[in-house]
Amino acid sequence: MSNLLQFSICEALSLLEKKEFSTKELVETYINAIEKTKDLNMYLTTCFDQALEQAKVSDQNYLNGNQRFLEGIPLGVKDMFCTKGIETTASSKILKKFIPTYESTVTQNLWKEGAINLGKLSCDEFAMGSSNETAAKGEVINPWNFEEKRTPGGSSGGSAAAVAAKAALAATGTDTGGSIRQPAAFCGVVGLKPTYGRCSRWGIVAFASSLDQAGPITRNVSDAALMLQVMSGYDPKDSTSSNKDVPNFYNDLGKSIKGIKIGIPEEYNSDGISSDILNAKDMTINFLKENGAEIIPVKLPLTKYSLPVYYIVAPAEASSNLARYDGVRYGARIDGNSLDEMYENTRNLGFGDEVKRRIMIGTYVLSSGYYDAYYLKAQKVRRLIKNEFTEIFKQVDYLVTPTTPTTAFKLGSTQDLLTMYLNDVFTVPASLAGIPGISLPIKLDKNKLPVGIQILGKDFDEQGLLNVAKVIETCASFKDTPNGAAS
Amino acid sequence: MTNADQNLNYISGKTGDWEIVIGLEIHAQVLSSSKLFSGASTEFGKDPNHNVSLVDAAMPGMLPVINQTCIKQAIKSGIALNAEINKYSVFDRKNYFYADLPQGYQISQYKYPIVGEGSLKITDANGEDKVIGIERIHLEQDAGKSLHDQHPNKSFIDLNRTGVALMEIVSKPDLSSPEEAASYVKKIRTVLRYIETCDGNMEQGSLRADCNVSVRKPNGDLGTRCEIKNLNSIKFISQAIQYEAERQVEILESGGVIDQETRLFDTSTGETRSMRSKEDAHDYRYFPDPDLLPLELSDSQISEIRSDMPELPDQLVERLISEYGITKYDANVVVEEKEYVHYYENSAKNRDGKLVVNWMTSELFGLLKKNNIQFNQNPISPNYLNELVELIENKTISGKIAKDVFEIMFATSKSPKMIVKEKGLEQVTDDRTIEVFVDQVINENKDKLKEYLSGKDKLFGFFVGQVMKVSQGKANPGLVNQILKSKLK
Amino acid sequence: MSNNSKIDLNTLKKLGKLSRIPIEETGSNKLMEDLNKIIGFIEQLNEVDTESVNPLSSVTGHNLPIREDVVNDGNKNNDVLENAPEKKSGYFVVPKVIE
Repeated sequence: MSNLLQFSICEALSLLEKKEFSTKELVETYINAIEKTKDLNMYLTTCFDQALEQAKVSDQNYLNGNQRFLEGIPLGVKDMFCTKGIETTASSKILKKFIPTYESTVTQNLWKEGAINLGKLSCDEFAMGSSNETAAKGEVINPWNFEEKRTPGGSSGGSAAAVAAKAALAATGTDTGGSIRQPAAFCGVVGLKPTYGRCSRWGIVAFASSLDQAGPITRNVSDAALMLQVMSGYDPKDSTSSNKDVPNFYNDLGKSIKGIKIGIPEEYNSDGISSDILNAKDMTINFLKENGAEIIPVKLPLTKYSLPVYYIVAPAEASSNLARYDGVRYGARIDGNSLDEMYENTRNLGFGDEVKRRIMIGTYVLSSGYYDAYYLKAQKVRRLIKNEFTEIFKQVDYLVTPTTPTTAFKLGSTQDLLTMYLNDVFTVPASLAGIPGISLPIKLDKNKLPVGIQILGKDFDEQGLLNVAKVIETCASFKDTPNGAAS
Repeated sequence: MTNADQNLNYISGKTGDWEIVIGLEIHAQVLSSSKLFSGASTEFGKDPNHNVSLVDAAMPGMLPVINQTCIKQAIKSGIALNAEINKYSVFDRKNYFYADLPQGYQISQYKYPIVGEGSLKITDANGEDKVIGIERIHLEQDAGKSLHDQHPNKSFIDLNRTGVALMEIVSKPDLSSPEEAASYVKKIRTVLRYIETCDGNMEQGSLRADCNVSVRKPNGDLGTRCEIKNLNSIKFISQAIQYEAERQVEILESGGVIDQETRLFDTSTGETRSMRSKEDAHDYRYFPDPDLLPLELSDSQISEIRSDMPELPDQLVERLISEYGITKYDANVVVEEKEYVHYYENSAKNRDGKLVVNWMTSELFGLLKKNNIQFNQNPISPNYLNELVELIENKTISGKIAKDVFEIMFATSKSPKMIVKEKGLEQVTDDRTIEVFVDQVINENKDKLKEYLSGKDKLFGFFVGQVMKVSQGKANPGLVNQILKSKLK
Repeated sequence: MSNNSKIDLNTLKKLGKLSRIPIEETGSNKLMEDLNKIIGFIEQLNEVDTESVNPLSSVTGHNLPIREDVVNDGNKNNDVLENAPEKKSGYFVVPKVIE
C-alpha cells in the first residue's frame, strides 16, 4: 500500500471519497512511513493509537457520506502547538513532560474538520533558529541527500522534512521570521505564512507575539489552500486575530494572472547568493511573463534593515514571553534553596544557548537606558518597513524573491551567529510587515537540493498569492522526491 | 499655638520644623464579575486556585482579552475624580519574576494610562477644603497570593486573585500629614463606593495603598522618599506615615541620609522596615504588550458614561446643605456612605432636616456603635425615624420621651406611633390637665412656694421639674412653663 | 557599527539577574562576545532617520477587541494544577519566598 504516500491531500480526499482505500489504510501507511524515516529525527512524539481511533471515525463518516473538509488526512504538528493530552515541549527541555489540558485553536480547527494527528514534529527550541539545530532532542536531517546530513532549515524543520520525507501528508508550522518559508524551501515543499491575524495564535507557544503566525507546510499549492482554509478564522480568544472573512481559497484557485503586476525587488540579493537561486528567480519571472503577468523591477531600500529590526523586536518579546517558564506551574523544575535559586537552576538547565542569548539580547534592548536606542528605534524602523511595503503594493500586486540566499547547508557547518541569522534575510521583511508570503520549490541546484521562490502579497490576499503560486508551480513542474523519503 | 495653626502638620525636630510630603498610590480592585483579561470569577474567598483560568495561570499559548466592564469602571472613576479620560491608552508589560506572578510580567499601563490628571477635595486639619492632585489612573492586573506560614521552607501559591483588575490611582505629592492621607484615602474610598467601581473593602484587600513619604524643611527642596508598600487599613496608613516621617527626621537630624527604598510596615510593632529582598536590580522593562492593541475610545463612549454618572459625594454635600439646611459637617458625615444618604433622605422626607440628622448621627450611630451593629443591620427603618421626628415636631411627644421611644424602637423595630400609643406617652397639651398637675405640685410644696415668692427665682426650675415628674414626663414643657408662671405670681 | 563592547561582564551579570539565567564563569566570555556581535549588528539601525516616525508595535489593523464581563472560565483546579512540579492541598508549592 506504500503507493498511498504519493497522493496529495486533494487526491487523497477524492480517493477516500471514492472508497479506493480507507482512512485506516492511509493512516497505517503513514505510521509505517514514520517508522521508516525515524533516522531523520523528525517526530518528537507520536500518537498512533489515537490516530488509528480517529481513522475509524473517519471511515465511518465516509461510509455514511458525512465526511468533513479534511476527513482522514494524517498530519504532523509542529511542537509549538499545544495539543490536548499530548506532550508539547516547543523542542525545549524546560517544557519536558508538559501535557496541555487544552488544544490550540488552529489544530482544533483541523481536527474538527476530520484531519488526524500523527504526532508532534521537532523544531528549533521555542522556534528560535534557522537550522533545527537548537532542538532539545537533536537536529532533524533533511531528507534531500540525507546521507550528507543537511539541515532541513528552521524553525519548522521537522514539519518541512516530514512533508518532504512523506512522513506526513502535510504539517502545521509557525513562522516568526521565516520559520515556515525557509525550511519549506530547503526541503522542496510548499510553505505558506498567512497574513498576521489570519490564524489564531491561541494555544501556540509564543515566541514573538507580534510576529508569530501559524501556517501550513504541504506537498503542493492546492493542499496549502485546503489547509489554510481550515486553519484560518477569527478567534475571540486572540485579540490580534482578524475577523475578516475567510474566502474559499481552494475553489478560486487557478484563475488567470494575466495583467497582474509582479514586482521584483532588487535588494533581495546578497553576496553569497548562488547562481542556481538567481536562475530559479529568472525561471520564475519567465513563467510569469508567459502567463501574461507584467514584471516590474522595484526598490525596497529598507530591506537590509529588516534583520536588525527583527533581532531587536523578536528577542525583546521573547524575553518577556519566556518569563513564564519558571518551574512553578508546569514543565521542568530544578530545585534550589530559595525561589530565585530554583528559577535560575531551572532556566539555566532548561533553556539552550540560543534561547538564552535571545533572552539576554531582548532583556538588554528593553532595559532602562537602552529602550529608546534599540527597542523604540526598531519599532520606528518597523513602521518605515511596513510603509515601504504599503507603498510598493500601490504599484504592484505581488513581489517575487528568492526564499533564501542559499540552499540547505550541512548541519554543523554554520558556526557564526550572524551568518546563521542571514538565512532569514529574505523572509524577515514580510514578517515585520505582517503580509502573507509563500515559498514553493522551482528546481534542484547543482547539489541536487531544492531551490525555493517566495511570493509576497498584500494583507489578507492569500487567495491571490495562492493563484500566482499555482501558476508558477504548474510551469515549474517540480516533481523530484528526496532520497530520504519513505516509499 | 499662635503661628502653629498653619503648621499643624509639621513635625518639630531638634533642628526645627519638618514638613512631610506624601504621595499615595491606591490600588483599588475594580468591581467586575470576571477578571481583567480572563473569564474567571473575581469572587473572594474561594478554594485555592479555583477562580483561575489557563490564561491566569499563564499556560503556554494563552492570550489576554480585555473586559469591557473594567474599562468602563476606570472611565467612571476618572470622571468622578475630575480627571481627563485618555482616548488612547496602551497596555504594557511590566517584567519581573515573582512566585505569584505567573506570566513573569504584569499587564499594566505605563506611558499611556486610561485616565490622566484629576483632583479630589478633602478636608484638612483646620477643617478647610484642600484639593489634592491626581496624577493618573491606570488599569492593571492583580497578582496572586503567596502563603509563607504553611510550611517551614516552602511557600504556597494561590492564583485566585491573579488577573483581577486593579485601578492604580496615583496622587500628586500634595498630602502633608498622616491625617490628610487618611482623609484622602477615606474620600477616595467613598467616591469609588458611590459610583460602584470598587467595593472599598479594605480587610479583603480591595483597596490598599503604597505611601511615598519624604520630609523637608518647610518649603525647602524635596527630600529622598521611601515607599511603604501595601497598607490595607486607614489606621495603618496614618501610623506608617507618622513612623516613617519621624524616622526620616531622626536620621536627617543626626546627619544621616535617607536611602530611597521600599519599606514594609509591621502592624504588630507599628514600625517600618526595609524589605529584606533588596530589589537592587529592578528594571521593569516596560513595553507595549504585543498580545493586545492600543485601547481607543470614542467621544461618544466617554460621554455616554459621563451622562450616566450618579451624584457624586461633593455634589451631594452641597445638595444636602441647601435642601435640608444641615451643616457642612453633618452633610459630610451623612455622605460618607451611600447607604447613609439613602437612609437620611428617606427619614428626612417632609421633616426638619437638622433634627433628623441629629437623631441619625448621634442617637442612631451611638446605639449602633454601642451594640456593635453594622449600619445595614440597623433595626430602625427610615420611615420610623421619620415618624418619630414627626411626633416630636407636632409635639405628640417631647424630645426626652422621644429618646425613650427611640430605645424601644431600636430594641423592637416597632413603629414609634405604636409605642407611644401602647405606652400612653402622648404629650399632655391640655391646659386644664396641666393646671391640675401644677396645683398638685404647689399644694405639696408650700414651703418652696414661700421661698420662691420671697425672691428665690431659681426655684422655678424645681417646680417645672416636679410638674414634669407628676405628669410622667408627658406634659408639654412650654405649657408647663406658661401655666406655672401665671400661677406663681 | 560600534567598536565598543556594549555588554561587559557587569552588564551581562545584570541581564542574567533580570532574566533569572545565571552567568557562569565558563562560557561568559563567549556569551559576551556573541551578544556584542549581535548588538553591533542591530546598531545598523542608527543609519535610518526615524525623526517623527511613530513606533509600530502591532501590524494588526483592527481595534482592540473587547469581551463582555461574563464569568465563563475558571473552576478548573485540576487542569491548572495538572502539570505542577510540586503541589499541595490545591496550592502550587515553591521554595520559601523571603520578603
